[in-house]
Amino acid sequence: MNYSIKIGGEAGQGVQTVGETLCQIFAASGLHVFSHQDYESRIRGGHNFYQIRISEDSVMCPKEKVDILLAFDYESVRLHTPELSEIGQILYDSQILKTKISDSRSIDVPFLKIARETGGPDIASNIAAIGAVCGILGVKREILLGVVTNIFAKKGFETVAKNVEAAQAGYDYAIKACIMCPFRLPEPRPRKILISGNEAIALGALVSGLKFYSGYPMTPSTGILNYVAEHSLTFGCIVEQAEDEIAAINMVIGASFAGVRSMTATSGGGFALMVEGLSLAGMTETPLVIVLAQRPGPATGLPTKTEAADLLFALFAGHGEFSRIIFAPGTPLEAFYLTNKAFHLSEKYQVPVIILSDQYLADSQWTFDSLDLESLRYMDMRLRGASFENQKGYKRHLFTDTGVSPLGVPGDARHLVVTDSDEHDEEGHITEDRELRKRMVEKRLFKKLTLIRREIDEPTVYGDVGADIAVLCWGSTYGVVKEAIDRILKDFPISMVHFKEMYPLPYEGHWLEFLKKKRILINVEQNATSQFAKLLRMETGLAVHRNINRFDGRPFGVEDLVERIYAHIE
Amino acid sequence: MLTLNDFKGKTPAWCPGCGNYAILKAFNSAMVELGIEPHMVVIVSGIGQAGKFPHYTRCNTFNGLHGRTLPVATGIKLANHSLVVFAVAGDGDCYGEGGNHLIHAIRRNPNIKLMVHNNQVYGLTKGQASPTTSQGVLTKAQPYGTLSEPLNPVALAIALDASFVARGFAGLPDDLKELIKEAVKHRGFSFLDILQPCVTFNRVNTYSWYKERVYKIELSHPVHDRIKAFEKALEWGDRIPVGIFYRKEKPTLEEKIPVLKNEPLVRQKFDFEMAKSLVRKIKNVD
Ligand SMILES: Cc1ncc(C[n+]2csc(CCOP(=O)(O)OP(=O)(O)O)c2C)c(N)n1
Ligand code: SF4
Repeated sequence: MNYSIKIGGEAGQGVQTVGETLCQIFAASGLHVFSHQDYESRIRGGHNFYQIRISEDSVMCPKEKVDILLAFDYESVRLHTPELSEIGQILYDSQILKTKISDSRSIDVPFLKIARETGGPDIASNIAAIGAVCGILGVKREILLGVVTNIFAKKGFETVAKNVEAAQAGYDYAIKACIMCPFRLPEPRPRKILISGNEAIALGALVSGLKFYSGYPMTPSTGILNYVAEHSLTFGCIVEQAEDEIAAINMVIGASFAGVRSMTATSGGGFALMVEGLSLAGMTETPLVIVLAQRPGPATGLPTKTEAADLLFALFAGHGEFSRIIFAPGTPLEAFYLTNKAFHLSEKYQVPVIILSDQYLADSQWTFDSLDLESLRYMDMRLRGASFENQKGYKRHLFTDTGVSPLGVPGDARHLVVTDSDEHDEEGHITEDRELRKRMVEKRLFKKLTLIRREIDEPTVYGDVGADIAVLCWGSTYGVVKEAIDRILKDFPISMVHFKEMYPLPYEGHWLEFLKKKRILINVEQNATSQFAKLLRMETGLAVHRNINRFDGRPFGVEDLVERIYAHIE
Repeated sequence: MLTLNDFKGKTPAWCPGCGNYAILKAFNSAMVELGIEPHMVVIVSGIGQAGKFPHYTRCNTFNGLHGRTLPVATGIKLANHSLVVFAVAGDGDCYGEGGNHLIHAIRRNPNIKLMVHNNQVYGLTKGQASPTTSQGVLTKAQPYGTLSEPLNPVALAIALDASFVARGFAGLPDDLKELIKEAVKHRGFSFLDILQPCVTFNRVNTYSWYKERVYKIELSHPVHDRIKAFEKALEWGDRIPVGIFYRKEKPTLEEKIPVLKNEPLVRQKFDFEMAKSLVRKIKNVD
């Protein structure tokens, strides 16, 4: 069982809400879900779609063929009918589309009429549509109604009742209308965990002790701001919307200096503004986590599309030389764990950590069987209260063997905590002394980075490890490359190597030897200039042989990627 | 007992006669008289002659970037509102590079004390015009004279309904000390513009120029009347008022944040196990 559902319509028609609700219903049915969205940078009109893939097995990328097309406008029918699979069906309401579709694969369900008859507002037609999709797929009625009830529970009994009725009516109508429906779902299984990239990062931060978040909205990072804000009271976290990204990062630095775990999130343009602050965090050795949710640039670029072209920007951002850590999770689950690791390492080494994601990862929802909360780490590494007071002759920037100085919380002891964006001495006061300058650079850069490198995990290797061809990838291309490898493996030995901890690269152990032995290294990147290949070469001297790039603002599709990989191996 | 010695910092590297010395002394005396211990104060500064201020006294210090004092100070205050947080800046720093942050800090009204050392010139970068330089003043960077009109920071703050607006003068150190004390006692954002003669680069606004013009705001001035405060703020030229222009009681940013109801953020213990169980609940794990 492996179906895909595409919901298309104008902005403002609730395409996203319908998609998210369906994802919840499938996850509650115990199915594996992968969804992604394609939307335009406008609030009303235009063409948007939300695509969901469901399967009994784990899925991590979209399928190109569509099995159910739920169309809220005629444009969706026009654009996506050619994508229908052999069993494909179109669900629509001729009253909403103001036209009847002659295609024999279409089912006209009166969503709007149902909404009005059940006494709901016109927008309840979306609930009828959700019911219809569930009906033709054969979703268990109780699961559909359970999710709908949950969603409206806060709005009171009457609203719940109306929506449940609309969902049922859509469900029943569709079953009757689709007599020859080819769809079958397996018996319900234990529910799965549904999570998007943005949610995973926000949740990962909250469970890592995030106490202060300041940001300025910028697509596709805004979901993080919203999610942290939504749960801020529960977790005891402050969220402040700053006047700009410059203020956001400086507030975060201030809060972290004062003793709490802090984070900001933005996209490329906002990160550009944060660069000066990043350098300040480097100089003052202030722990801080920055999420850089990439989108195609330069400048404002394609605000709602996807690309991963800020890797080298993140690596080189900031004037002067200082340690930093860069992660690029491949899945929401990795995003969750890596965010936890980001907070841990940021505080342990007092360095900024940048988490790179992109629109594709940020807005995609995936399911997982479990969330291993026991593997998370939390250690408060700051000097507080008595343990701070008992320090002798405290110096904020004390030279130590590790390069890591004691991080005191100002006000917790009679010791003073002093730091400076100017070069400073161990106490934190301005200096121009040559020897001190040299030792401070060694401390901030060489000592710390050497230790940090030991904490970095090796890349993930998958497929036929003995094959003499390997595909390299990083960040959110994980899922699509993995599925492409699965397909190629059926008739060709090949492996893949996925990097999620980008800088510093892991110690040059097994993984580098492994790569060096390969006859062909094919590097896949969602950008035009193969930035990871450059980083790899710069850090290890290893050059890849082939590059596959996509930079039209859309994610790689499996079929397309398989073809392009074949082109390099045959 | 606190003494001035408790606030003795590094030896200042300012020019002899610089107005900054009087501000430093007024600040230290104010702290001693208020009985605030150095470790309970954080001074956030930016870059400039004024930005070096915290190194010359003795408190917790975050000497950050040019223009960025207020966001850093806001972050510190929100993380630990039991600290007395000062932002110290130059006029270039606060009205030029950091102008946007000033507007929004006033809107937020955190309990932060802002002291702007206003010497109407860029001191550290050697004498270019600042946002408060008078029109027509010649500098190396403004060979035809400063073209823009000077900013009136006091009027700006009142226009934004800042909760405490005052002007001090380095040539009246005792009054300045009292103003700093008032600013600290005020609950909310305290804006203090301090006239600070730069004896090296500002040949126009010298001590004697100010002495001829500066006068203390009358006791009868209604500090809660915004219109009257605004009228007073517009006086500049032959007569320059110093003292408290405007005062308004309103809730501070910290008071409005529900998470801060019981204790400072930094004291709120993070319960890792509880956070994990919350995640389980939110995400339907188990
Ligand atoms: C981003 C940035 N731009 C420029 C500078 C250079 N700079 C240092 S101090 C200063 C102006 C200082 O003037 P002011 O704030 O009035 O302080 P003063 O030195 O007069 O006390 C400038 C432009 C800098 N440090 N950072
Ligand atoms: S240049 Fe001006 S502001 Fe700077 S120390 Fe000298 S007198 Fe003071």
